[in-house]
Amino acid sequence: MIDNYLILPVAIHLFAAILLLFLWRRTVAHRIVSIATSFIVMLLSIRLFSKVYNGNILIMEAGSWKAPFGIVFVADVFSCTLVLLTSFAALAVSIFSSAGISRSRILYGYFPIFHFLVMGLNGAFLTGDIFNLYVWFEVIIISSFVLMTLGGRKAQVEGAVKYMAMNILASTFFLTGIGILYGITGTLNMADLSIKIAALENRNLVNITALFFIIGFGIKAAVFPLYFWLPSSYHTPPSAVVATFGGLLTKVGIYALFRISTLIFVPDEFTKNLLLFIAVFTILTGSFGALIKRNIRRMFSYLIVCHIGFMIGGLAMFTGVAITGALIYLFHDIMVKTNMFLIAGLIRQLKGTMNMDKLGGLYTDYPKISLLIAIVLFSLAGIPPLSGFWPKLYLFEAGFINRQYILIGAIIIGSFITLYVIAKMWADVFWKNPPENDGRGEELKDSFATLSLSKKTMLVSPIVFLAAISLYLGFCAQNITEVAERITSEMLDTTPYIEAVLGKTY
Amino acid sequence: MEILLLILIALLYSTGIYMLLRRSMVKLLIGLGLLGNGVNILIFLLGSITKGKPPVIDDKASLFRDIYADPIPQALILTAIVISFGLQAFAIVLLKRVYVLVNSDDLDDLNTPEEEDI
Repeated sequence: MIDNYLILPVAIHLFAAILLLFLWRRTVAHRIVSIATSFIVMLLSIRLFSKVYNGNILIMEAGSWKAPFGIVFVADVFSCTLVLLTSFAALAVSIFSSAGISRSRILYGYFPIFHFLVMGLNGAFLTGDIFNLYVWFEVIIISSFVLMTLGGRKAQVEGAVKYMAMNILASTFFLTGIGILYGITGTLNMADLSIKIAALENRNLVNITALFFIIGFGIKAAVFPLYFWLPSSYHTPPSAVVATFGGLLTKVGIYALFRISTLIFVPDEFTKNLLLFIAVFTILTGSFGALIKRNIRRMFSYLIVCHIGFMIGGLAMFTGVAITGALIYLFHDIMVKTNMFLIAGLIRQLKGTMNMDKLGGLYTDYPKISLLIAIVLFSLAGIPPLSGFWPKLYLFEAGFINRQYILIGAIIIGSFITLYVIAKMWADVFWKNPPENDGRGEELKDSFATLSLSKKTMLVSPIVFLAAISLYLGFCAQNITEVAERITSEMLDTTPYIEAVLGKTY
Repeated sequence: MEILLLILIALLYSTGIYMLLRRSMVKLLIGLGLLGNGVNILIFLLGSITKGKPPVIDDKASLFRDIYADPIPQALILTAIVISFGLQAFAIVLLKRVYVLVNSDDLDDLNTPEEEDI
């Protein structure tokens, strides 16, 4: 069904970003416009989700060019769920940034770039054209480069070099894949590609092309052995920026992997085994890396890598149950990872550091905030009935059905280490007495207590908001499962998607 | 023509990846640039090159009698060139900044130990 409504989450962020450019150097106006935009887009995304979930797949043909020739935007349940979750995360980050990002960064255009980034994310989720997907990826990475380097401290630009080099390389691989794909099929529309690739005789050529995409998206999603840029760059920019990156950027890679492997390159035995291998090692290396890190954000960076493996594992088994589990994990992960980095930023405000050796005694100082953080940490570790628990149930079930015992073992080890790391962090940051200052180190100061009440609210309310969504994901798992099962059925039977894009008579 | 382009693509890819694997930051930049050009020519080649044919098909023609030139690869390359131009411009500025701060061209020197940050 043709409906131009679905472009609004992209267009409004674009207009907001342009408007913010005109309000250059007016920091208060920047904050207000940013929060208002994110809020409006959230409402629109909720409406878009209910439209698509209760109705048909919506499409928009850019410039009214008919489907396989022009660029189409497609909102199926998968796309609009991710747009919805992105809008939640963007609202939380907008509010947190208003208080948590320094004035000098806002003066240099933090908010316009942030909205360009969210626009790119929404565009990548909604597009139905593979080259257009590439363009959205570039919009995302160029915005993320700017956000990552804004401020220009030494550690920041050092992290940005690794981030930049790997991401440009990933785009190059992706573009190579697109080039070959266009060469062998002569189309760029994903629905059209789905039909033409399925009809191709030369499966080896298809597999090689698929590998280019897996490498490209794999670098972006930070899977083993392509993840090393992530832990060496994600601890450098401000926490609000990393919250967007950790919660959403790697997940775009996952989204794209799910989209192409269900729609275009349906995995054969070789690709499944490859993905399984990647998943197991991603979980193990990520969790072992998290064990030894003493900086909160470095530890969380490794946990991102670890949990990416869970989703790849679900995709690798490629059955209904497994994909459902991976999708629920994806929803949970977007909310929790965004929140984790916001929490890291809050801890930095509360105690002046993110080094666990220097932290301590947060529970006695701020008991209410500590309990709030505990909820999020428990969701991440997957303690029933919180949100991290349900997807693992599905993944285990799928693992037993498919007899993938190594993957099950890896998931158990990964979950256990996550729990251990979280428990260690809880003990170090919240329970331990703060270490005595021996006079050599500089005095750590609490910059939170001196803030005005409105700033305090702006720092804490996004965490409450995201924690509430995490609790909803956990306690109303029935609803979430229904959404995930609906998406899984759309993925395994792509006929409705293709018919929606190309019409009944393709 | 095709075979020449093929050799050129292979050369650009291999030198690009070789340059990426070096430790110098300037060579990293050159590598990214060469790889980007390699991809552009790859798209150009795979869009099946035709000589002297119009890209527009006659309105009244009911079926393709002749090979026509495909304009899409060129549109794709144009987009890709613009994007890679922007990325490379950013990369040059970033690496210049790193060079000023670190005072070294060696990628192995980019490991400032953990520092407190925002």
